[in-house]
Amino acid sequence: MSSDIMMLLIKSLGQTLYMVIISMLIASALGIPLGILLVTTAKEQILQCTTFNRILAGIINAVRSIPFIILMVAIIPFTRLVVGTSIGTTAAMVPLTIAAIPFIARQVENSIKEVPYGLIEAALSLGATPAQIIRHVLLPEALSSIISQLTTVIIGLIGASAMAGTIGGGGIGDLAIRYGYQRFRPDIMLITVIILIILVQLVQFIGNYIAFRLNKK
Amino acid sequence: MIKLSHIKKIYETPSGPLQALKDVSLTIEDGDIYGIIGLSGAGKSTLVRCINMLERPTSGTVEIDGHDLTKMNNRQLREIRKNIGMIFQQFNLLSSATVYENVAFPLKLSGTDNKIIEKKVTSLLQLVGLQPKAGQYPSQLSGGQKQRVGIARALASNPAILLCDEATSALDPQTTQSILKLIRRINEQLHLTVVIITHEMQVIKDICNKVAVIDHGVIAETGSVIKVFTEPQEAITREFISVLLSDELPSAFRNQPISPTPIEAGYLLLRLTFIGENADEPVIMRLIKEHPGIDVSILFGDLDQIQMIPYGRMIIGIKGPQAAVTAASKWLEQQDLKAEVIGYVKRHNDAVD
Repeated sequence: MSSDIMMLLIKSLGQTLYMVIISMLIASALGIPLGILLVTTAKEQILQCTTFNRILAGIINAVRSIPFIILMVAIIPFTRLVVGTSIGTTAAMVPLTIAAIPFIARQVENSIKEVPYGLIEAALSLGATPAQIIRHVLLPEALSSIISQLTTVIIGLIGASAMAGTIGGGGIGDLAIRYGYQRFRPDIMLITVIILIILVQLVQFIGNYIAFRLNKK
Repeated sequence: MIKLSHIKKIYETPSGPLQALKDVSLTIEDGDIYGIIGLSGAGKSTLVRCINMLERPTSGTVEIDGHDLTKMNNRQLREIRKNIGMIFQQFNLLSSATVYENVAFPLKLSGTDNKIIEKKVTSLLQLVGLQPKAGQYPSQLSGGQKQRVGIARALASNPAILLCDEATSALDPQTTQSILKLIRRINEQLHLTVVIITHEMQVIKDICNKVAVIDHGVIAETGSVIKVFTEPQEAITREFISVLLSDELPSAFRNQPISPTPIEAGYLLLRLTFIGENADEPVIMRLIKEHPGIDVSILFGDLDQIQMIPYGRMIIGIKGPQAAVTAASKWLEQQDLKAEVIGYVKRHNDAVD
């Protein structure tokens, strides 16, 4: 394999990692609190506010129901507003982040729901504030499960980032389409697939390991 | 003093309102170990949660040392809850925290200095006998040890009240005994008022000084444990007691018609209850001595202690000339014990024992 192709692979892998890591970080920073709110504002929970809960759940469902490729194109004006351009790797991160936020919120919601209500009750009986319950009970107790769920989100993002090529985002998936498919280069197709498999396996392995180490149950 | 007045709790359920508590009033004095017993669904868990307002009563007042909790805002409630420890059937320990961290949790919540936390947690772990387990996680502990952690955690903020919600129901009998002993020790050493919710009369008998029987959201009966045990007023109370105090007749008399009037070749059965000092009196010997014409058979006997007070129960059968039997029965009723006439019963002919 020529060094040009090698450079192309490394560059594409870098773009993929850049897109996935940055959008994952931003989406987590927004999605995790939303996931917590989804649980805690529900009926008979510590921050009960059912109207807010219904609106939030509705928005999350709406965003989640848009296929990623459509979302990417549909929010181009917003993307331009946020990063100043609607094409390129950085531009691709905006729809990736937007798509990941509700995904993370739902996954975190599921993890936190697994924390037995008895623990919340115990904390309340000790005089804990809602913020203390979130900080000292819900998050630490659900952490192992949240890590597992976030691993799934990362893998989903790696998949979605392949579509970033549509708006010139680059990345491994884009390379596979442009070289492997459109230029009839089965060797490049094969190697991109192998890289993706290794990447996903690695993410899953690390996620599982961290989740296992955190689980004291 | 904990004073619950006219507590009502109504839950809105899809199938209509459900009245869990219907006008419950209770007074629990300082230093009491107060038992609340009821079947599942009787409302006892709701009741205990009203004491620390984990459940807000629909109406009624909850007073602790004269302060009405139902009028407090969340901030005031959080403060007063630090004065009310609670332990649970399922222990409710943080699985991601060590034994030490679990006990330190309430102190951390109130922003206590780490040095003070360390001192306090160490002494609490010593109190519950779990010092060597400080660094372990709850999943590595047995049920009894988990409940000890729960107790230590509940005591961390020096509460005056300890609420126990079915605290021993998930434990085996030996472990239950050791946990109850610990609770009693805490009650004595730290002068804690303890409220115990249970469905087991054994727990009430072993540790409580007062009891309230709750049934379908109402208090059926309250009083000192010894009084409720010896003179139960309600059917539900008798039912709870009968689990512990079986007084079935021996098989030779079982399933025989009981007649209030003398029958031929019948025994007059009497149920005798001795409480306190008179449990030591040689009543049966005197009965036989003073009424030479009768035969006395002891059909059932049991000596127990409730609240350290000896408590004996016996069923005897008297047989002989009618006049002597009546005289003996009269004599017994005048003694310092409780004698209750069951009636005249004939012995089975096909009795096996």
